Amino acid sequence: MAEEKYILEMTDIVKTFPGVKALKGVQLKVQAGEIHALMGENGAGKSTLMNCLAGVHGQTAGTILFDGEVRENYNTIQALEMGISMIHQELSPVLHRPIMENIWLGREPLNRFGLVDHQKMYDMSVKVLKEIDLDEDPRTEMVNLTVAKMQMIEIAKAVSFDSKLIIMDEPTSALADKEVKQLFTIMRKLKESGKSIIYISHKLDEVYEITDRISVFRDGTYIGTEDTIKLSEDKLIQMMVGREVNELFPKVDCPIGDVKMEVKGLTHNRYFKDVSFTVKKGEILGIAGLIGAGRTEVIETIFGIREKVSGEILIDGKVVNIESPRDAIANHMALLTEDRRQSGIFPMLSVRLNMAITNFPKFLNKFGLIRDRDVKKECDDYVKKIQVKTPSLNQRVENLSGGNQQKVLVSRWLMTNPEILFLDEPTRGIDVGAKSEIHSLITQLAGEGKSIVMVSSELPEVMGMSDRIMIMHEGRITGIVENRKDLTQEELMTYATGKAGKKGA
Amino acid sequence: MSANKNILKFESAGSKEILQKYGIVFVLILMIIGISILEPAFLSSYNVFNVLTQSAIFGIMALGMTFVIISKGIDLSVGSVLALAGVVLASLAQTADATGKYFPNLAEMPVFFPILAALAVGALMGGFTGLLIAKTHIPAFISSLGMMTVARGFALIYSDGKPISTLVPSLTRLGGKLFGFLPIPVIIYFIMIVISAVLLNKTRFGKSAYAVGGNIKAAEVSGVNVNQTLIAIYAYCGLLAGLAAVVFAGRVGSVHPGAATGYELTAIAATTIGGTSHSGGIGTIWGAFVGALILAVLRNGLTLLGVDAYWQQVTEGVIIVVAVIIDMRKNATKD
Ligand SMILES: Nc1ncnc2c1ncn2[C@@H]1O[C@H](COP(=O)(O)OP(=O)(O)OP(=O)(O)O)[C@@H](O)[C@H]1O
Ligand SMILES: [Mg+2]
Repeated sequence: MAEEKYILEMTDIVKTFPGVKALKGVQLKVQAGEIHALMGENGAGKSTLMNCLAGVHGQTAGTILFDGEVRENYNTIQALEMGISMIHQELSPVLHRPIMENIWLGREPLNRFGLVDHQKMYDMSVKVLKEIDLDEDPRTEMVNLTVAKMQMIEIAKAVSFDSKLIIMDEPTSALADKEVKQLFTIMRKLKESGKSIIYISHKLDEVYEITDRISVFRDGTYIGTEDTIKLSEDKLIQMMVGREVNELFPKVDCPIGDVKMEVKGLTHNRYFKDVSFTVKKGEILGIAGLIGAGRTEVIETIFGIREKVSGEILIDGKVVNIESPRDAIANHMALLTEDRRQSGIFPMLSVRLNMAITNFPKFLNKFGLIRDRDVKKECDDYVKKIQVKTPSLNQRVENLSGGNQQKVLVSRWLMTNPEILFLDEPTRGIDVGAKSEIHSLITQLAGEGKSIVMVSSELPEVMGMSDRIMIMHEGRITGIVENRKDLTQEELMTYATGKAGKKGA
Repeated sequence: MSANKNILKFESAGSKEILQKYGIVFVLILMIIGISILEPAFLSSYNVFNVLTQSAIFGIMALGMTFVIISKGIDLSVGSVLALAGVVLASLAQTADATGKYFPNLAEMPVFFPILAALAVGALMGGFTGLLIAKTHIPAFISSLGMMTVARGFALIYSDGKPISTLVPSLTRLGGKLFGFLPIPVIIYFIMIVISAVLLNKTRFGKSAYAVGGNIKAAEVSGVNVNQTLIAIYAYCGLLAGLAAVVFAGRVGSVHPGAATGYELTAIAATTIGGTSHSGGIGTIWGAFVGALILAVLRNGLTLLGVDAYWQQVTEGVIIVVAVIIDMRKNATKD
């Protein structure tokens, strides 16, 4: 070990936030030219540790040795100058500015008059985008991109800094397989040129595919570091969770009832055309497809967020008119949206209000006042049930780890006691333990006769959980298949890429 | 060693948090102590009620403003709406023998009706501002700026630019005292504080205001009726401006169409000093009360101390900015 060259050595790092000790003296050593995974449950402190490293906030105690020097009290800009760049878990693009200005924000190329040289910026952007194999005009405004594309821009930006160490905090949580492959190609290229990458992800298969070593954290403590090939999956999970985890996809077959909802010829003027399908009571319908296939748009349209051009929705055989999410909720629907930050959480509001917001009607007394005690009780129940890690219900939700924010949203919608539940990437950013908790919850709901429509880019999740799988490609349904035991990922992918002929079910 | 250091840091983080949370109250207490050392008369019960009375009018407006700013909006029209509601109120509440009566043949009616009219005018104007924001999505700054000018214009048209005076005693009594020492404006103010606090903390309406300010898109998806909430918020803010007009008329005994110019800024200042954040989703009624009190104490104290009126303005400006700096530090997510 002695001859190994470490580019980064973090020792005894402690980080406290008011009321929370997020890191209790942890270490991390990263070699030059390796891809190093950080693993651990939601709230283990991975993002916090990386924020310390990238200069987002100083550590309370401990030392950071980077590139042979002890580094103290630096900010993000100085970190970049040292050669550390970070792709954050929560994106923060400047929405109404073009891609190129987002990439070169704060370091715009200037002409000899000291004004921004847009032509040069454009050329440089084209080059960077080409490097990561992304086909977008640098002049496109960020708002027009999907979350996945925004994520790729973020990656382009990190690459453009030419840093010695790149931190990627859950970069793939919004990416589909194709883009993940693209990302991995870039990562391998970077590694070959001697750069180090710290990679955070909850997806075990990715970690095994791309990383060289794994460091595990639990509850703000350091558990250990192992070579990836020497560490079995069971052992890894054991290290992360500290206990055995139940089976990953605890799907149990439950009786399936009558048709609950029928969608007929739903059409959107831009994203999809002529979408028809049904969901039965007690059924889990998975929707698979590549990102951009229109899956999110379909369920957002059903839920009244987007406007449809034509088509109708029937619930229990009756046509319903849904023009807003309120109408949808009144029809006992619930929707866990894809983009947590944009349309999910209220960042500066409490965990309690974030959970209760949709549910106030049931918490009102006869004077129309909120029964706080009941709200607290129900929120507490959910915090326990799906293990939301928060110091109290009054904590601002933005101070929770990403995965725990997701759990707050899951609680919000389960509290409404919906009959039709739309889940858009329900376990995005959620650790293995909690994932299996959420999966059993979903199964349990189906067992109670609820209808569930689940969009997921993780094929194992779709195949592990669904009764039927609907596959979309470029705004059209290319297949609806029964989820048989012998169904293969390859077969699904042929539909998803539009290579199979249309089949109904 | 390092553990030791970190315990220290941890504790200091705790006390810092308390200071940040209640910093504004400390500012108020410090001001009170400072002023009363220099001028003991400041703490006489007469003067204390005086301060409270002085804060009542813009304090009431600040309560409504709190809802507005929590929802990430702003209402620049409340001063003008006060004037419009005020002239309508006054025109309906003149004594029978007033000279140059607005409605010469109008009999005196129970003061309840003119008051109701003032509240209705306020709520309507406010509600319209809200409707405009909800339906056209223009910024609150613009729509309320428009309303500010329109309402002032209506006030001038309605009154023909002249003050309306000789108001019935049942109205002017509202500017006086109960049992000879309890100022009625203060009583009205306190009642509205309680009502507003209940509305904000205990009703769906209040929670929706926080949600709209916190993340309007998420609010929509979560089933909050965003448009209705916006309209209600501005209507409530206007209603309180109408109520402020009642207190104003009671205290002054007449209403001028140019009255209350600039009051909107005082109300916004009070709300802001009290920690309500212009980035939305954050704020309390209690804060608006403390903020209004700080401004009133400042004005009253500086006057007692004989500070030049022009310098008072300079001081007030500085205090507002300092308060907002404290507020921003509190809301910073990073340390
Ligand atoms: N600004 C903050 N204020 C208070 N607590 C915080 C803050 N940031 C993080 N925490 C807390 O620190 C702990 C570690 O959070 P962190 O975001 O590092 O977890 P994580 O390992 O990245 O989890 P995830 O996998 O869910 O992203 C959590 O308990 C979180 O609530
Ligand atoms: Mg994280």
